[in-house]
Amino acid sequence: MFGFGLLSAIVFLPLIGAAFILTLRGNDEATLENARRAALGTTLIVFLLSVYAYTRFDPTSSAFQLVEEKHWFGNGLVYKMGIDGISFPLLLLTTFLMPICILASWQSIKSRVKEYFVAFLVLETLMNGVFCALDLVLFYLFFEGGLIPMFLIIGVWGGPRRVYASFKFFLYTLVGSLLMLLAIMAMYGVAGTTDIVTLLQTPFPASMQKWLWLAFLASLAVKLPMWPVHTWLPDAHVEAPTAGSVILAGVLLKMGGYGFIRFSLPMFPDASAYFAPLIYALSVIAIIYTSLVALVQEDMKKLIAYSSVAHMGFVTMGLFTMTAQGVQGAVYLMVSHGLVSAALFLCVGVVYDRLHTREIAAYGGLVNRMPIYAVVFMIFTLANVGLPGTTGFIGEFLTMLGAFRISSWVAFLATTGMILSAAYALYLYRRIVFGVLDKPSLASILDLSWREKVQFAPLVALTILYGIYPAPVIDSSAAAINALIKGYETALNATMTAALSLN
Amino acid sequence: MSNLPFALAHSLPEAILAGGILFLILLGAIRGKEGGGPVTEIAVGLLATALAVILLGSKTTAVVFDGAFIDDGFGRFMKGLTLVGSLVTLVMSQEFLAHEKIDKFEFPILILLATLGMLMLISAAGLIALYLGLELMSLALYVIAAFHRDNIKASEAGLKYFVLGALSSGMLLYGASLLYGFAGTVSFAGIAQTISGTASLGALFGLVFLMAGLAFKMSAVPFHMWTPDVYEGAPTPVTAFFASAVKMAAVAITLRVVFTAFPGISAQWRQIIIFISLLSMVLGAFAAIGQTNIKRLMAYSAIGHIGFALVGLAAGGEAGVSGVLAYMAIYLVMTLGTFAGILSMRVDGEAVENIADLSGLAKTDGEMAFFLAMMMFSLAGIPPLAGFFAKWYVFNAAIQAGLYWLAVLGVLSSAVAAFYYLRIVKVMYFDEGGKAFDKRSPAPRAILAISGVLVLVLFAYPSVFTEATTAAAQSLF
Repeated sequence: MFGFGLLSAIVFLPLIGAAFILTLRGNDEATLENARRAALGTTLIVFLLSVYAYTRFDPTSSAFQLVEEKHWFGNGLVYKMGIDGISFPLLLLTTFLMPICILASWQSIKSRVKEYFVAFLVLETLMNGVFCALDLVLFYLFFEGGLIPMFLIIGVWGGPRRVYASFKFFLYTLVGSLLMLLAIMAMYGVAGTTDIVTLLQTPFPASMQKWLWLAFLASLAVKLPMWPVHTWLPDAHVEAPTAGSVILAGVLLKMGGYGFIRFSLPMFPDASAYFAPLIYALSVIAIIYTSLVALVQEDMKKLIAYSSVAHMGFVTMGLFTMTAQGVQGAVYLMVSHGLVSAALFLCVGVVYDRLHTREIAAYGGLVNRMPIYAVVFMIFTLANVGLPGTTGFIGEFLTMLGAFRISSWVAFLATTGMILSAAYALYLYRRIVFGVLDKPSLASILDLSWREKVQFAPLVALTILYGIYPAPVIDSSAAAINALIKGYETALNATMTAALSLN
Repeated sequence: MSNLPFALAHSLPEAILAGGILFLILLGAIRGKEGGGPVTEIAVGLLATALAVILLGSKTTAVVFDGAFIDDGFGRFMKGLTLVGSLVTLVMSQEFLAHEKIDKFEFPILILLATLGMLMLISAAGLIALYLGLELMSLALYVIAAFHRDNIKASEAGLKYFVLGALSSGMLLYGASLLYGFAGTVSFAGIAQTISGTASLGALFGLVFLMAGLAFKMSAVPFHMWTPDVYEGAPTPVTAFFASAVKMAAVAITLRVVFTAFPGISAQWRQIIIFISLLSMVLGAFAAIGQTNIKRLMAYSAIGHIGFALVGLAAGGEAGVSGVLAYMAIYLVMTLGTFAGILSMRVDGEAVENIADLSGLAKTDGEMAFFLAMMMFSLAGIPPLAGFFAKWYVFNAAIQAGLYWLAVLGVLSSAVAAFYYLRIVKVMYFDEGGKAFDKRSPAPRAILAISGVLVLVLFAYPSVFTEATTAAAQSLF
């Protein structure tokens, strides 16, 4: 249609759903129900489209696929979309989580319902766009455009400190992104284009690489988030509505990791090698420090938010080892964390909808009244800890394997983080689910409803399936990652030879 | 070599406006105080005709009136923007003026006079023509700034603008006389031939004073002091006029002066531009944070935006100029849209202008809140709105020109500025319980909606627009 392809459909279809919801008039229950159904229908169609894209995707090739290109700006800026083995799992993750988010918001959003779903659909367009864009400026548009709907979602439908949290989220991310924008301009100056495929072939001067790398770090580190610029995340998570937290943890954080794989590592290989120790240090600090912080949290969402920061520490550590295991593990961990942390936030949402508090102390003994919930929560808690047989294990194991090949100390310190993660996750689980159910407010609490079971079922299935049989994700990204590492090593060797020949 | 018909053909928009003004004055005088007749309608028609002439007329470059007046692609582009600014201001001001009971027939005439001055200013090819255009514009502006003469704030605004404006005109004249003394000519082309390489100290002094005068009209720091008071005090349509048309003309003449009269000493004026650009961006970002009055806030925002536009000028070259042109065009759309929103802020017949009055607008008037929020995000430069591309053009030019620190400080101050634009969104969307505004009149409502659509369209189909700015920029060199 109009010469646009499958990826454009995946990216822009949510906007059509949003436009449809905007045309609905009235605020009665029937209209709102229509809005919800329209949102759910749109996200489901988008998910099916992305599954269809998967059937047309060739995992053995490292090239960008389903590419579509249109003249857009002139002067080297093009509208170009395409996916490879690194972006595709993340795109699927996004389209997979969106219907679940819509389901999770079915009852819990009571005010400005239509606007809420419009914001979510616009957000989906922008998130899908980030993973599909093959033009750096286009990528940036989607990357930063996502701030607007998320800002509104936190600010309008958030908790009591929503204004503070939404501003902090927006401004933190904006400052970093703007520095990245300048780096993009500088790269445009060197290459004369912002086409990512061309940029991947462009060797940037080593002295320039360091600055560009740092500018990208400014943006990606905030987005990921890495210690010490992670502080917006707990605030944003705590104040955001449940589905907002799910998307934040499930998808938005992955954009940071995706940026590192797509840009920092292949485009600035010299700088990446130069700064790798810095990343290791920051990652290890993130893993240990935020795990310790998570131990003492009183708020469930905050605890999970800190645990997210720790897991993202594993991601950055794995990425910058630049070993096949490390990068593979990082990609896997991003997908796994996308499922597990999203599910954990949904678990919090379930009890929050019933009791309207996220205080850990307000709960206890839920297993007596909510056995199914206890099982679901248990699965995700263990996946979060990284128990073998769940997705969490494979990702963390691979990243540590990669780290061990580079430095046993880094691996050793990261392992302590895993132990700590078991401590805070199980401690949380014990306080909420086990014990005596003696709080009067909990006496009549109900177990999962049908809608909630439906929203958890696919997450449980995938968490266990990918824990036992990780091949689908690993195979689809292996070719792209091997090509990435090969290109990286070639570039480094070229620099080495150049340096040696100078001597 | 040039005869009168040829000269008139190239200054047709100006001629139309000048003739029209004389006719309107007569019309107004004959019809007397009661009901000035269709003065506004005719004025709008004149502006539209002038705009049509520019869009459809000859596309050649010519210097007429003994080298005082130049008609080129750059000038036509900026004149087009200026005329759009005047036209839209006039269209959306009627309701407001009638409410405040200051809808006298002089208002459209003064707007036309100021616009005529701007067109002459944009086309000036020498120092004398520059001064004539500038004064014609300024004198009309002094009057309309104080147009609400029973209002003490408006009178104060007019007086302040007049006193400071006279001072800046004096500085500009002083600079012009120094330049004439050292160059021996008033034409820009002549100055460019005489002053190049290492300029003499006197000529540099002239340059500095000239730039000071122009910076005043652009409201660039450190000559911005009048801006917040005048923006706040003047009637809102007048403020919209200041923020749109006047800005276009001032930036246009600054570009023309530095590129046609001083290409030989670009290193010298570039320092000045970098300095005022940086200061404007930073002051615009920080000083606006504490504002409670939305017009005052827009004044600081205007200062900041001039700083961003000047980044493109500092970068220089064709890319820089086309960046500035793109910036000004996009800024025009955003600022007119925002002021159309501000003009609609009216509770029980009384105009209100506090940011707090916007509380809960998303609930009481979702459409207005939506478009106004779009303007704010666009002003903050967040993609996917046109404001982002405005920033992209100028900062990209700066990066390619090697002005890294200017670009870094610029984007950082734009992040600070984002805070206060977000605050307006926050007030409209997150806060609750403001009084609902009166039903909006059609003109501002339509203009806000059109601006909202434009900031999206300029992003989706930029090629037509970038071709225009590139062509206009080329004609300056």
